[in-house]
Amino acid sequence: MSLNDTSSSKFEYDGAYIGQYGGQFVPQILVPALEQLEEAFENAITDDEFLSELNSLLNNYAGRPTPLTECKTFGRTENCRVFLKREDLLHGGAHKTNQVLAQALLAKRMGKTRIIAETGAGQHGVATALACALLGLKVTVYMGKKDCDRQAPNVFRMRLMGAEVIPVDNGSASLKDAINEALRDWASSYDDTHYLLGTAAGPHPFPKMVKRFQQVIGEEAKKQMLEQTGQLPDAVIACVGGGSNAIGIFADFIKEEQVKLIGVEPAGHGLDSDAHGATLLKGTEGIIHGARTHTLQTDEGQIIESHSISAGLDYPAVGPEHVHLMTSGRAEYVGITDEEALEAFQELSHAEGIIPALESSHALAYAKKVSQGVKQPTVLLVNLSGRGDKDLSHVMSVLEKGGDI
Amino acid sequence: MEASMRYQTMFDKTSSNNHLAYIPFVIVGDPNEELSLQIIDQLVESGADGLELGLAFSDPVADGPVIQQAALRPMANSFSIEAGLNLIGKVRAKYPQLPIGLLTYANLVFAQGIETFFNKCRNVGIDSVLVADCPVKESQLFAKTAENSGLQLVFIAPPDASDETLKQIADNSKGYTYVLSRKGITGTEVAATKAKTGFLGKLREFNSPPLVQGFGISEPKHVFDAANAGVDGIITGSAIVNLINQHYNNPQIMLEKIGDYVRSIAQAAHTNHADTA
Repeated sequence: MSLNDTSSSKFEYDGAYIGQYGGQFVPQILVPALEQLEEAFENAITDDEFLSELNSLLNNYAGRPTPLTECKTFGRTENCRVFLKREDLLHGGAHKTNQVLAQALLAKRMGKTRIIAETGAGQHGVATALACALLGLKVTVYMGKKDCDRQAPNVFRMRLMGAEVIPVDNGSASLKDAINEALRDWASSYDDTHYLLGTAAGPHPFPKMVKRFQQVIGEEAKKQMLEQTGQLPDAVIACVGGGSNAIGIFADFIKEEQVKLIGVEPAGHGLDSDAHGATLLKGTEGIIHGARTHTLQTDEGQIIESHSISAGLDYPAVGPEHVHLMTSGRAEYVGITDEEALEAFQELSHAEGIIPALESSHALAYAKKVSQGVKQPTVLLVNLSGRGDKDLSHVMSVLEKGGDI
Repeated sequence: MEASMRYQTMFDKTSSNNHLAYIPFVIVGDPNEELSLQIIDQLVESGADGLELGLAFSDPVADGPVIQQAALRPMANSFSIEAGLNLIGKVRAKYPQLPIGLLTYANLVFAQGIETFFNKCRNVGIDSVLVADCPVKESQLFAKTAENSGLQLVFIAPPDASDETLKQIADNSKGYTYVLSRKGITGTEVAATKAKTGFLGKLREFNSPPLVQGFGISEPKHVFDAANAGVDGIITGSAIVNLINQHYNNPQIMLEKIGDYVRSIAQAAHTNHADTA
């Protein structure tokens, strides 16, 4: 049964806001840049020419549609079947490429010649670099100094594809500071530069736009589920850092009331420790990176650094729509620790011959938990948002330290 | 004195002499509480007509490297927002007539509860609040509460804003309007030499409160340029904060250099600009 129109409209954007979250809390100087972007975005998504160019890139360059794979043993029990949406097979190695291609096309449409982007683990930076190489755009990627050190292969990948990578050494020298630096750049460069933000967070229209360009994940998965099982999944499970892969796979299921939506946050050393990135579960309402959302902060409003074994989930805020989905009760958010994610990382590799990204391993770990407890026949859809090659040296060193390999 | 009167009194006085009002900016608690108070004394004694005081925030997106670096010091010393506001209370006690503006970021206002935060601001004697990452289109979140707390909310007018935006800014900004002469973030690396000035006339047309120019003003020459463009006052931030960054380990020299610098800007501001305008 679908929700009726009145209640589903509560899950739609009203201007810059979804529920009470979102908005455009940026310096006044950036407002015209956001307004220009919003207009170009709204215009593009109703333009057949733009959409067909985008689809052609997604299909012929990036490799869409991605497969839906049923696990042979992972999470498989008498009552449970687990299906993986294989965004790990997308060009670039993660779902990031979907919306990067779209925004890069949009940038060209707006007549911009230069792209700036932030990156944490480097996946968004890599996706941006490849799209800009393809489309002939100049690109500067801001990356926290600490992340540059721990993700050196991705820095090399970006540079190989022609991107300029600028290590950001101020603040906590991680993802949030890279976003700050990109916003600062944009404040003086927006005439010829598009800020290609990498997740469903930030000021309007980014959360809405990134969702729109990632919703292809859920649309394909829904069709594939129906083809392979003849039914919708009982639950859709995805990891949440900024929230783009989760909102992408959730989007087409939000109106399917009987489908549970479960976002998995990085619980780091534990939800009750002070080292996690569980912004929805443990953060409080705040205003950061242009949006009214949830963030990890002190009582006085200073933003606190997050922690996760996976750099892609290591972000102290979250996209505003996830806050709305949580507070409205439509989606549920849970935490998975570093250790649990690491276990799922190894288990999927062993069991299915698929090495998942550490980010996606959080979603897998939670799916595993659910599969063990279900009494009724249950079908789970997990967004395997990226592949784990980028994490190999990190995981290897962690396992060596634990004497577990 | 009523908060709402201090700016007006200042501008009445400076404009009657054809002077510009000079409002220097520093971050409170930088490099520490005691020196911060001495720096502020030095600003006032060297010719400041008002003060713009900033709270250190973990994610200052509107600030360039100079002010970012300064903001790290109070935070590293665990100098709290509470301590910052209390420091401003001491400044107010010493200078009852001086207009004092607070420069902050939205999350610092929001985190404690907007009303609580604004009441604290009023209680320590702050006149105006500028929220660096709150454009006028989001003003409804703060405007009513600020007014109820007796605070004047200041908005920033960029040079390339549409007429509609400039009108909103003129209508909503209280005490003064912070006008930019260029795009970008705070800092002196890009000087305000090729200032766009067409929008200033528009703001006047829309009955804006007095216009105070910031971003990129670091030398007396820029002050004369600003006077030519027809503003009512100027703010210098990064140039002073840069002196703190360079010399905070040697307070005597730091205070001397700040004094020399502020006097040079104040002298330029307090020239009769009737002939140049």
